[in-house]
Amino acid sequence: MKRQLLEFTPKGIYCEPADVYLDPWKPVDKALITHGHADHSRWGHKKYITHHTNIPIIKHRLGDILASGKKWGETFTINNVKFSFHPAGHILGSSQIRVEHKGQVWVFTGDYKLEDDGVATPYENVKCHSFITECTFGLPAFLWRPQKEVISDINSWWAENKANGLTSILFGYSLGKAQRLLKHLDPDIGKIYTHGAVENMTAVLRNMIDFPKTELITRDTKKVDLAGNIVLAPPSAQGSTWIRKMVPYVNATASGWMAFRGARRRRAIDKGFVLSDHCDWPGLLKAIKETGAEKVICTHGYTAIFSRYLRDLGYDASTESTQFEGETGEISSDTDIENKSENTSVKANGKGEQT
Amino acid sequence: MKRFSQLIKILDSTNKTTLKVNALANYFSEAPEKDKVWTIAILSHRRPPRPVNTTLLREWASELANIPLWLFEESYHIVGDLAETIALVVPSDEKSTEKLLSTFLEEMIWLKKQEDQIKKNYLFENWKNLDYYGRFVFTKLITGGFRIGVSQKLMTRALAKSTGIDEDILAYKLMGNWDPNTISFKELVLEENKNDYLSKPYPFYLAYAIEDEVSTLGNVRQWSAEHKWDGIRAQVILRNNEIFVWSRGEELVTDKYPEFQEFIGVLPNGMVLDGEILPYPNEQIGTFNDLQTRIGRKTVSKALLKKTPVILKAYDLLEWQGDDIRKKTFAERRKLLHEVFEEVKTTNSKIPLQLSEQMAFNSWQEVALEREKSREKHSEGLMLKRLDSPYLVGRKKGDWWKWKVDPLTIDAVLTYAMRGHGRRSNLFTDYTFALWNTNEEGKKELVTFAKAYSGLTDAEFKQVDAWIKKNTLERYGPVRSVTPQHVFEIAFEGIAFSKRHKSGIATRFPRILRWRKDKKIEEANSLEDLKSLIPSTISTAK
Repeated sequence: MKRQLLEFTPKGIYCEPADVYLDPWKPVDKALITHGHADHSRWGHKKYITHHTNIPIIKHRLGDILASGKKWGETFTINNVKFSFHPAGHILGSSQIRVEHKGQVWVFTGDYKLEDDGVATPYENVKCHSFITECTFGLPAFLWRPQKEVISDINSWWAENKANGLTSILFGYSLGKAQRLLKHLDPDIGKIYTHGAVENMTAVLRNMIDFPKTELITRDTKKVDLAGNIVLAPPSAQGSTWIRKMVPYVNATASGWMAFRGARRRRAIDKGFVLSDHCDWPGLLKAIKETGAEKVICTHGYTAIFSRYLRDLGYDASTESTQFEGETGEISSDTDIENKSENTSVKANGKGEQT
Repeated sequence: MKRFSQLIKILDSTNKTTLKVNALANYFSEAPEKDKVWTIAILSHRRPPRPVNTTLLREWASELANIPLWLFEESYHIVGDLAETIALVVPSDEKSTEKLLSTFLEEMIWLKKQEDQIKKNYLFENWKNLDYYGRFVFTKLITGGFRIGVSQKLMTRALAKSTGIDEDILAYKLMGNWDPNTISFKELVLEENKNDYLSKPYPFYLAYAIEDEVSTLGNVRQWSAEHKWDGIRAQVILRNNEIFVWSRGEELVTDKYPEFQEFIGVLPNGMVLDGEILPYPNEQIGTFNDLQTRIGRKTVSKALLKKTPVILKAYDLLEWQGDDIRKKTFAERRKLLHEVFEEVKTTNSKIPLQLSEQMAFNSWQEVALEREKSREKHSEGLMLKRLDSPYLVGRKKGDWWKWKVDPLTIDAVLTYAMRGHGRRSNLFTDYTFALWNTNEEGKKELVTFAKAYSGLTDAEFKQVDAWIKKNTLERYGPVRSVTPQHVFEIAFEGIAFSKRHKSGIATRFPRILRWRKDKKIEEANSLEDLKSLIPSTISTAK
């Protein structure tokens, strides 16, 4: 069988002619990195190549690493293979990676969304023959409302809590979601407090983006100071002792999973805002169509279902097993485990994706 | 409808009872009269019959959403709720409507008799025009069953809060057959009716499970022991030649157990009995399995009444000659009960009433020995009641204790899994377990024996869920068969032969006791092992 330009190996997505990996999950010599989330930029590679705005992010997370930055659309060549980074719109500094060799063009999306969120450089459609896409929310049940409406709901929720003398706690992943929320919170309502993880990550990004003022919660922060104000915290803080000192409060999570009543109830969250940094169903279909790709490989999300639908539509679609996790840190890992497992089970029983 | 959707949204997004009661009470204070009646009807399971079957709903929703039916079905399995799936996938103009809840329900009653094309047009029009939550609630009204943690009791409490009418009286007013389409709120709820007081039950006294050594209860002679019957705890009220039967959930269930009408004219008026409703097929106390056929039926057929009659196993007397005697000691109340019973039985031996036999012991060892006989007697263990205690309200420690037998346990293999619902939707939490059996060809195979979906911690469920997703063999709609690899210890309260079960055996309250990671599947138990647990007193039954 003819070798593919990008292959799925135990270490990650591999480009054999250039001898480089894309978002590898095992340590390698040379890694092209789409964005700063932990499942895409892992520790231990000898060299990291990524968009320059992502460098401060991964250095903050991974420490002193050898990294070189590229501009949007800047072409660089490794062993006659042409590479370039293009905005993915997922979080600040997130890219898709375009790979061209002998007239064949592949694009690997990493994670992406189509809507301009005001923080990340907006998604750019890149034409290709083969498109490796995530499909975290690859079910017709996922349909996002415009950010403007969701943000307006969040600000009204905060104002209402303030009127009731309550502290609002809003959970969002400390890299990406937290800054997206912060950017659009209305500082006229009250003060914005942060959990340390959010504060530190935001500090790294302040050089590039103008964010409202935040105040880190410390031992000295008093309960009365918090009343009526909002606290941005990572989802892991829910139920911690750190949170308990903020009583009386109401909490909310902003995530794509909040579209499901079951997910909201499982989390015992007072309020769920449906806000995701991934594509919704129409977003995925639109993006795929506009690339002009014939071959589509689904990496993480509801891969088996989504690729079957793509085949119904006439695409040459398949699934590959990866260790990417989608929106896991935000609400629940169940679907993410599902993606991987659906792939493995497909291979294990040799029956193809749908049985 | 907007107001009703808003109510459902609040009820659905909190698990705090006070918030639910407040939301409902506000609704009952503000909503239009007709809508209030319909809301009471819906929350007390009196919705109109389903106007469109779910097969058509699925087909039409996938058509409107412009997706293939298989994709709709896959989405439904993941979302875990049909109405929610439909609300999520169909495109909409996100308008909201001024149409009343009562108008929607009247339309649904009309819709039932219409042609499919009219039904389809009606659904499309409403799906397209309602906003997300309105669409969800609208579809729920068609499919039935709002599982939003609002019991009839909670609804009654809210209604009491908003109207100032006593909760127990309201509970009585809302019983029986009334038609939400014709009755007014005034007739249903507000109008005074002398008879409302007739049915009033006393709050049940509930026992705690014994935790320490039983001997810590002190002198055994101060205690009365009796078997803990496995039926439905109930108060049977006889006043003014009328019978009222209340279950422990303070639900009026008179209509479900017409047998007790026989008490009228035999037992004296002004009397309230506390006891257990038990199945009594062939003049013998049956298993809970038998009672299952009676529970949940609003109307009982003659055939069923004959096949599975019930009796009241009485153990306390709360009212006598119209007087509340709960302050008297247990010993005095039992003595009265005994006298009444003896007198009645001499002339009317056939009435469905028995006494729960009191037993006196000389030592706690004797009590323990009697407890060992519980399974043979179809009881769950023993009840210990202090002889000089009054009848208290609610669950109080000290005077009444339950001393259940330890559950039976068996090691079984996980063979199938299904996604849960509600807060467990999208997680595989409902499991099927199997035991070894040697088939006719002499080959060992796994035979399904029970389903269980409780007993693991959230962390363990997550771990099993992840394993299931990686080890799926085949899918049958929402169900997946998995590689037999894990052994779980399953506990259950009772066991009986059953024709309805593949294994030929029914277990009561099966639940997961622990995950036996130390065991291989070859070490799991066999069907023979399970059969050997059936008490000899019932092993001859069919």
